[in-house]
Amino acid sequence: MMEKSYEALIEIVGPKYVSNQPEEVFFYSRDPGISEPHNPDFVVMPGTTQEVQEIVLLANREKIPIVPMGASLSLAGLCIPLRNGIVLDMKRMNRILEVNETSRYVLIEAGVSHGVLQSYLNKNYPRLMHSIPDAPPMNTIGGNMALFGSGHLSQETGFHTEMVQGLEVVLPTGEICYTGSCSVVPKWFARGPLPDLAGLFLGWLGTTGIITKLSIRLYPKPRKKDVLIFVTENPDFIPDIVYNITETKMAEDINIFAQPKPDWAEGFQQTAIYITGNSEEEMSFKRGLIRRSLHKYIHNKKGGFMFVLPMMKPGMMESPIRELSRFADVEKGGGFEYIGVIIAIEDFPQLYRDAVEIAAKYRPKWSIMCRVIGRGHSIMFSYAWPFNRANPEDMEKARKALFESNASGLRNGGVIWKPDIEGQSMMMKMMDPNTVHLLQKIRKTLDPNDIMNPGNWEIS
Amino acid sequence: MYTLKFDKSICASCETYDCLVKCRYLDLDLDAAKTEKWRLINGEDSIVLSNCVTCYACEEYCPYGNHPFYQIVDLQEEKNIYPAPQPITNQQIKSVSLVGKREREDLKDPVISLCVFPEAKKPIKGKFLNNPTSFMGRDYFCNLMYLHFGKSSVIKDRLPKVIEHIWDDKLSESESKQLICYHDECFGAFSSWAPAYGIDVPFKVIYFYEYLFKQLKKKAHHIKRINAKVAYQRPCSNRLCPEQEHWVDNIFELIGVERVKREFDREQALCCGSILRMQGRDDLAHELQKKNIDDMVASGAEWCIFNCPFCGYTLSELIKERNIKPIMMLDLCNLAWGDNEENREIV
Repeated sequence: MMEKSYEALIEIVGPKYVSNQPEEVFFYSRDPGISEPHNPDFVVMPGTTQEVQEIVLLANREKIPIVPMGASLSLAGLCIPLRNGIVLDMKRMNRILEVNETSRYVLIEAGVSHGVLQSYLNKNYPRLMHSIPDAPPMNTIGGNMALFGSGHLSQETGFHTEMVQGLEVVLPTGEICYTGSCSVVPKWFARGPLPDLAGLFLGWLGTTGIITKLSIRLYPKPRKKDVLIFVTENPDFIPDIVYNITETKMAEDINIFAQPKPDWAEGFQQTAIYITGNSEEEMSFKRGLIRRSLHKYIHNKKGGFMFVLPMMKPGMMESPIRELSRFADVEKGGGFEYIGVIIAIEDFPQLYRDAVEIAAKYRPKWSIMCRVIGRGHSIMFSYAWPFNRANPEDMEKARKALFESNASGLRNGGVIWKPDIEGQSMMMKMMDPNTVHLLQKIRKTLDPNDIMNPGNWEIS
Repeated sequence: MYTLKFDKSICASCETYDCLVKCRYLDLDLDAAKTEKWRLINGEDSIVLSNCVTCYACEEYCPYGNHPFYQIVDLQEEKNIYPAPQPITNQQIKSVSLVGKREREDLKDPVISLCVFPEAKKPIKGKFLNNPTSFMGRDYFCNLMYLHFGKSSVIKDRLPKVIEHIWDDKLSESESKQLICYHDECFGAFSSWAPAYGIDVPFKVIYFYEYLFKQLKKKAHHIKRINAKVAYQRPCSNRLCPEQEHWVDNIFELIGVERVKREFDREQALCCGSILRMQGRDDLAHELQKKNIDDMVASGAEWCIFNCPFCGYTLSELIKERNIKPIMMLDLCNLAWGDNEENREIV
């Protein structure tokens, strides 16, 4: 039967784009995080929505699990095929189909990476930009939506999923379906006013269908950018600091980071406030308002603006910040957990203290990087735990750090972002039972044969 | 612990109170200056302690060399009246702490300390400089910057060790036992602050511009006159060694640049604003920067010359917007020598 399925897949996408060879199966069985590897039976790279549809129909007939995959950078094992089957690598579906400059949106295939779109816009539409997550540029936009990502414009405009205007999805039973304005008229400019069906697919980790095309919002790209860094030594101040800065409506992005290295960073919370504008006059006005919004801390000597050396600024103002990717391999073992919790802003201090404590127990090299979402409605609180994959003891410590981070997040009123299987299970235990039931009901309705990324969002 | 050689009787018999009357930032008339000075003499609280912007200038204004600024800093620390927010101060203290990365080298003369400015490594290789040897790093950093943060104690703790490091690792085996200080701050630390606190400096310090001038002068026929009008941004730490300021004019004359006559130069020089921003005095920083740059523009300066990299970091972008070219003094000399842009420092 496996041989038959293999032949059928070749029939759909051609021999170049199907593999069951051990060297390829190996790579698709794991990600850089601590999750256990599981081999897929096949790796398939579809080139069109129709090919995706045919693969899904085949999988239904043969009851083969399918795991859609972008760049597999969740680091939480979300593309590891827990029950084997097909890993559907979407990277061939990387066409940029339309840019509407006036209504500021782009229609793309789901395998388009953030890096490719960024560079395409820079070259062809220098006045437009999209929101970029702090992940390597190869991460795909479809994948980022499936795990409810955020990025450098999320402070102003919310989670990336809120920037989605329309989707083309292959349902688990093979139908091709559209959400948003494109389901009514041939334009991808708005998500409503319609029943918001996009919510059936965004944040579901590929368990309800395969996103094949999507339209996302683009934004005006200011000519100037600067960063101010406000330094404090007491995490209790952070909620008020965020409140004051967001009240000015002057910051494009607000990140809070803490780390033990270099020396000058240890013990401090550093709030990086990014401002943008089209003239020095505008920048100066924004800087002034932001500085004034934090005046009471300066006056009381409890916080102040760091002098950012000019040579530090270019690296800090990159999107994505490549230093973060370098940090991922600081232990030189190819292991990295970058996990997070979405929290209410007032919960920052306790999470921060817990994170520092967890780091002290398990991780000598660590970083906390938080991003304010939606002008002060929540914070994406992330922990970066690099580890040495070749050292089982170190992996075990990373595993414990991950578990305790998730537990701390939930205990302190947060919701785990892109949770691994264990994190999903922890959340579903706490979840309202009717909500759990609704989740399962939706899944069962959409995916009667239980083929879509099985193991995820599932009651074990 | 080291204590400041501060003679109260000198201040008590002073008639001018220049240290406070001449201060550009406190705005005190003679009577008010007298009142505040007596508070300081008696070790009492004074508005001077909380309003001092730490520009170092009163060290220069004092006609008796009685170290009014060092006394202010000592009192700020004694009374916990710190100029900058505590996290900024603490962060700065950590940022250049001693790290134990010492390297013993037999350096050949001339020996230059580049402080903690790696960007000076290339231009210091300029052809006219007689192939100096140089070193830099946190274990050799003078730490005088903590004067801006009301932290004499950090300097007292670290500077004697740094002097020992420099001597043991870099100079004790050298022929001249001389150290050329790239940054005014280091020169001020060894030539002014250390003696003021009774700290021995076993080597002789040479002001960087003296070295530059003498090297250029040796081969004066090689110099290409630059023929530009320039403004000079005098760094705060030059207030600790005003007797060295003439080297600026000597160099300018030699390489054919005109130091424009402007209001905010020499004794009237204005702070670049970087420290004020760290202290959270943004409005004042903005005001000073504007005045300073307006003055450069009005005086017809085409270039602005820096010695302190921090002044350069702070003002470069702002002066570029006003069509004035920022350049470090060392680069200017390299240009006068005809070196190509490879050896340029980044401002």
